[in-house]
Amino acid sequence: MEGITNHEIQEFLQNNLGESILSVEESFGMLAVEVHINHIYKVVSYLYKDETMKFQFLTDLCGVHYPDSTNRELGVVYHLQSMTLNRRLKLKVFVPVEKPEVPTITGIYGSANWMERETFDFFGIRFLGHPNLKRILNMDEMVDFPMRKEFPLEDPTRDDKADFQFGR
Amino acid sequence: MKTNLEFLADIHNPETSNIPYSTLNLGPTHPATHGIFQNVLKMDGEKIISGEQTIGYIHRAFEKIAERRPLYQITPLTDRLNYCSAPINNTGWYLTTEKLLGLKVPKRVDYMRVMVMELARIADHIICNSILGVDTGALTGFTYVYQYREKIYEIYEEICGARLTTFMGRIGGFERDFSPKVFALTKQLLIDFPPVWREFESLLSRNRIFMDRTINTGAISVDRALNYGFTGPNLRATGIDYDIRTAEPYCSYEDFKFDVPVGTTGDTYDRFVVRNEEIWQSLSIIEQAMKKIEEMGPGVYHADNDHYYLPPKQEVYKNMEALIYHFKIVMGEIDAPVGEVYQAVEGANGELGYYLISDGGRSPYRLHFRRPCFIYYQAYPEMVQGQYLSDAIVVMSSLNVIAGELDA
Repeated sequence: MEGITNHEIQEFLQNNLGESILSVEESFGMLAVEVHINHIYKVVSYLYKDETMKFQFLTDLCGVHYPDSTNRELGVVYHLQSMTLNRRLKLKVFVPVEKPEVPTITGIYGSANWMERETFDFFGIRFLGHPNLKRILNMDEMVDFPMRKEFPLEDPTRDDKADFQFGR
Repeated sequence: MKTNLEFLADIHNPETSNIPYSTLNLGPTHPATHGIFQNVLKMDGEKIISGEQTIGYIHRAFEKIAERRPLYQITPLTDRLNYCSAPINNTGWYLTTEKLLGLKVPKRVDYMRVMVMELARIADHIICNSILGVDTGALTGFTYVYQYREKIYEIYEEICGARLTTFMGRIGGFERDFSPKVFALTKQLLIDFPPVWREFESLLSRNRIFMDRTINTGAISVDRALNYGFTGPNLRATGIDYDIRTAEPYCSYEDFKFDVPVGTTGDTYDRFVVRNEEIWQSLSIIEQAMKKIEEMGPGVYHADNDHYYLPPKQEVYKNMEALIYHFKIVMGEIDAPVGEVYQAVEGANGELGYYLISDGGRSPYRLHFRRPCFIYYQAYPEMVQGQYLSDAIVVMSSLNVIAGELDA
């Protein structure tokens, strides 16, 4: 299959979407591009429609929580894929935990529907414009967002598994 | 008096008509849904108007648990995703960690992994296709071919001691070399299984009843399938020849010669036929892999890596360094490098991806499983809309939705 290199993707992004791109890095063969939060829909739909990029498949969408980075605590990671050009690309946006609002991309990829619901369910990131944003795997009565780092995995009063017990 | 034409028009338009629809609650536990799935269907007589799935009944928070566990202790979590083909999940996870650690795995290990992964794919497709037969009313085929899943589990047992949730292999290879019995059992399977599977195919694939039940039910177009994120046999049944084994080969799949079967209409029958053909391709891959492994001779079954591969037990008793590594590996006290990895493998029902963010600690900072059936199951209401209830059951079983993977 004919492929395009990461370098070509990076050049394309800088030439066509330069004002929306905050940073670009490459890890283990995949480009990770941080996109300005207000431009994510525009960038994704541009990459979808463009004839040379053809990122027409959403492989994965998930959240991530960095409690220590101020004003950009919550992130959404988009894995886009072009099956015809056999290339993958990772987009990231970060939002503050006080106002975790990200525009939905369900209008571009139907598969984003449940993935965004899952991200909302576990991280509390609200996807603006989502047709049916409610919890999906956890019960509806739940009030916490369990994948956030402050949510304890086990009983918080126990310390028999704490790091100091193991000399860490 | 005036004939109410508007009322008559309403009768034929299900959206505006005021004929009361019935609501049917299918599941969560129902003998016809293989696993815990709930669907609330809006029915007009026996036809489905719309439906909504409720999922999460066996959600076990694997992604959260993984944030507290060292890399090895995550393998048993992956077992429990698609438990019909656990060795593929295990290998996918090891490939992810090896990518992060920068480990170079010997060719022979790649071929051994290919062999077990293809066995797992066959076991998974046997379950899916024979249960499709059961749902259309043919129990015999299922009981007949199911014993070959048992034979495959015997091979797993000989390799790693476990059957369903296998924990097969280690980071960098396998815990021990394949014994001669593994090859003997596999060779016997390659002799015994093809005639049985041919018989199963001839029972169903040109069977009038089966064809009437499956052709044109649950069809999905290429565009809709891509939009819904279909991967694996379900996507190939619509006509797209996308297979990660050929698009981004892992585990030296580029050394093997095999075809990627595709369908045309994306209906239940095409999914069945594509899986059947994949079984034949997998059998051919296993044969090629065994030949390659035997040509290389015994001995090499893991990569050299002190930090993640347990030292031989005799060394642990005599050698202090080996004892230290043994302890550190068992306790999971080794820090992984910093990085972000995405590794995808062709699971039995689609692209199984692992997205791992490591911050340099002993356990992942974030681990996300890209579970194929979680993503494509959302297309289900659209696929059964306007069809009969009995077709909905067949469509669900042909999609190969595995509850463990769906809910993670």
